[in-house]
Amino acid sequence: MKFGVLIFPGSNCDHDAFWTIQQVAKQPVTFLWHESHDLQNCDAIIVPGGFSYGDYLRTGAIAKFSPVMESVRKFADGGGLVLGICNGFQILCESGLLPGALTRNVGLKYVCKPVHVRVENNDTPFTNACRVGDVLTIPIGHMDGNYFCDDSTLAELKRDQRIIFRYATPSGEITEDANPNGSLENIAGICSPGRNVLGMMPHPERASESELGGTDGFRIFESLVGAMAAR
Amino acid sequence: MTTALDSVITPELIREHGITPDEYEKIKQLLGGREPSLTELGIFSVMWSEHCSYKSSRVHLKRLPTHSRRVLQGPGENAGIIDIGDGWACAFKIESHNHPSFIEPFQGATTGVGGILRDIFTMGARPVAVMDSLRFGPISATKGAQTTQAEIHKNHSILEGVVSGVASYGNCFGVPNLGGETKFEPCYSGNPLVNAFALGLVRKDQIFYAKAAGVGNPVIYVGAKTGRDGIHGATMASEEFSEASEAKRPNVQVGDPFLEKLLLEACLEAMQTGAIVGIQDMGAAGLTCSTCEMGARGKVGVEIEMDRVPQRETGMNAYEIMLSESQERMLLVAQKGREDEVYRVFQKWGLDAVEVGRVIAENTMRVLEHGKVVAEIPNEALTDDAPVYKRPLARWEPPVAREMPENIQLGSSDDFTAQLQQLLASPNICSKRWVWQQYDHMVQTNTVEAPGAGDAGLIRIKGSNRALAMALDGNGRWCYLDPKLGAMHAVAEAARNVACSGATPVGATNCLNFGNPEKPPIMWQFSQTIDGLTKACEELEIPITGGNVSLYNETLGEGIYPTPVLGVVGILEDVHKAVRPDFQTAGQAIVLLRGSEPGDATDAEIEFGSSEYAKEILGALWGYPPELDIEKEAALQKALVELAEAGLAASAHDCSDGGLAVALSESSFVQGIGFKVDIKSAGLPAECLLFAEDASRVVISCDQASLSRIQQLAAKYGLAAEVLGETVSGQIEIKIDGRTVVSTGVEELRNAYEGALETALRTEVGV
Repeated sequence: MKFGVLIFPGSNCDHDAFWTIQQVAKQPVTFLWHESHDLQNCDAIIVPGGFSYGDYLRTGAIAKFSPVMESVRKFADGGGLVLGICNGFQILCESGLLPGALTRNVGLKYVCKPVHVRVENNDTPFTNACRVGDVLTIPIGHMDGNYFCDDSTLAELKRDQRIIFRYATPSGEITEDANPNGSLENIAGICSPGRNVLGMMPHPERASESELGGTDGFRIFESLVGAMAAR
Repeated sequence: MTTALDSVITPELIREHGITPDEYEKIKQLLGGREPSLTELGIFSVMWSEHCSYKSSRVHLKRLPTHSRRVLQGPGENAGIIDIGDGWACAFKIESHNHPSFIEPFQGATTGVGGILRDIFTMGARPVAVMDSLRFGPISATKGAQTTQAEIHKNHSILEGVVSGVASYGNCFGVPNLGGETKFEPCYSGNPLVNAFALGLVRKDQIFYAKAAGVGNPVIYVGAKTGRDGIHGATMASEEFSEASEAKRPNVQVGDPFLEKLLLEACLEAMQTGAIVGIQDMGAAGLTCSTCEMGARGKVGVEIEMDRVPQRETGMNAYEIMLSESQERMLLVAQKGREDEVYRVFQKWGLDAVEVGRVIAENTMRVLEHGKVVAEIPNEALTDDAPVYKRPLARWEPPVAREMPENIQLGSSDDFTAQLQQLLASPNICSKRWVWQQYDHMVQTNTVEAPGAGDAGLIRIKGSNRALAMALDGNGRWCYLDPKLGAMHAVAEAARNVACSGATPVGATNCLNFGNPEKPPIMWQFSQTIDGLTKACEELEIPITGGNVSLYNETLGEGIYPTPVLGVVGILEDVHKAVRPDFQTAGQAIVLLRGSEPGDATDAEIEFGSSEYAKEILGALWGYPPELDIEKEAALQKALVELAEAGLAASAHDCSDGGLAVALSESSFVQGIGFKVDIKSAGLPAECLLFAEDASRVVISCDQASLSRIQQLAAKYGLAAEVLGETVSGQIEIKIDGRTVVSTGVEELRNAYEGALETALRTEVGV
């Protein structure tokens, strides 16, 4: 059972994810360089946050062409577990592993703050340690987190219960005020049809230790570890 | 300005380079009697600029205390370094980017952040925190100040540009921004201050220095290509502003945080190979500065060939290449024969790494273009032999009354709820959430105390129990009234903020922002400030390990307030013992720990004129800054550290801008825990009791059961520990001698405090 954390030029949450997996979840973990096709037999891949390739052109637009993403695509097609966080979510959308796109925040500014997200579906490898309706406090930090997709994709996401997290009030209501970036239907995270690929804008690795103010984000890693053990 | 290399050196050309006739004579003498070439003239002009040579400030800076048993590197390197234990050290420094930020706010701010980050990682330290101290002109109409609508609009746009510039660079680079300060005063309208602080961690035995060594060793250029941007940036930063300054926009460099992130990773990885002898970033004065300084420090020379320098534009001549301030570049000396190890790392990160020259035995900087020498200058001529001026000083009195004006009446009102609310919403006191929410303050997962609530930013050190606290502080208005006392307050407050979290202050960096040093009153302000810093740092045992001086902060002859900004770093032995700034639960005791004695009514009135209340509510400025007993301050800070160590305080928050009433209110906002307090008047007017900014005071909350131990501890340090009242749920009530003077809810005050800046910005653009 081994985790792999991708490194693109400009990734800057790679070490944070690595630390959480190694020091908090106490699991084996390795870095995977963007120029290599070799996923080193990892059982779960983390596409970390940051500014891959400077996010020039468009967030995630260049990362999708990297050799490592070719392997990740194959890995995901075979049912492998992939978690994209923030820039990782953007890269997964650009790569076609998840539908839709993350556009500029409605406020047109970078927003860094803890937000509340409601767990919409716990029948996934990423949320099995949560209950449906749980409200998790996890920070966001992004400029482009405004999730958008067309009507038919949205209908599909809803039908298949692939909306995993929604921005909510502390008591779990889905309101406009609770939406930090203008995302369609307050979407904060979605998964692939096979539920083995999750993209989320909040940073669970930033809420995994009590010293840092909260551990709600660790539930995602806990779920993943559980799912990997059960496989 | 012509830069054709065959131009004849005319007096006009010399003047355009900011070189005086006397300085030109000295240049000729240092060159053995010959005239400089144009390239050499350009090189002298940047190295002898105020920005690079510190020619006006150097004689005064020598007075600052720079040593302690923890100081591993004092001033003179890219950053100061402090030993923090367990084999770790931290490198930190603050630097100004005022002039470029006025001309081009976004790029000026980005390159300010970029420059200070390079100063840190060039020493082998990975940057783990940044902060910034920002000062702008008013962004809304202010009582008592004549600021035009056009100025307000310009200030707003500078604020927007600077904040998004800081955000854009730091966020992409991936370093948490722990806050700092954002202040507004009319004097910064034409001259904003952008002071950026950065701190990095390095193993004590893996520190790198900007020193060339080993004759024959290759000199390698790494990072971004050289373009024409930023030529004469350092010279520009050494002049006053005029209406023509807008034309200097091309002098401002352009930042690329992505490239800097790659440069960081590549440099730290290349350092691990052991093949690097010395390394320096190319900041102000670019290739010129790194070449002669590295040579001078190593008592050797560096020879470089222009044709080998990676260039972004075609047709650049030696003058332009040597003076370019293109960003994200470094110069390093590698061990001969091990170049490939270095190249491999830079290639991995997709960066240029080119051998541009070699280390030579002569203590000289030699520049070749197409194999021909175009500049050959002894290193010392550019560094140690640069002019040093003992500029004349003239004692100066600010044009303000020292006594309270007669038309002002204190103590006549019996309810101050509205005034408190107004003060909490005033630009200098209100929440700066709009600013720091644009900054990633959590990346690297070390942030224990984020911006907003705390007095100091706090980060844990992974793999150890320790944490580092840091705070930036300055008060230009106080320094304007009394530069020496104001400077002492800046040190005291920054250190007090650090101590509030439980950390022991161990080192400081300073950014000294002043007007034109050729004016004797300005130079007097500067000298007084240095005296104040020296006294406070010595008493508090905080050495200054480096920093930066920014002079000529004047527009159309109007100087800014003398504004020293202090960055203080402290060590907290156990991160789990960090003390929060906000009230934790209802039912706890509230204690005012104070080192200062309350003065009599006359003193209180005189000092009240320097307060935020006087500025915001009364629209007036008079008197002096509050008195500061620096020995009591030192005792207070030691007591705070001991309180944290003993786990006695549930919260600790410094009383500063806005005084006691504001400190109590701020303590209540995070958790929504209010307070009921009763203050003894001791014959002072209510305004002074609530809003005066007496130094050396901290609001503490604690379990009722801990009270007696806290009082014992206070007595041991010679401090007063007055029980003011207790924390309650949701309500705010302040009494004076049993009579209610403030009564409201936490929510109401919090809304005023948190929404004020956004509201002011929205109103200004009419949205």
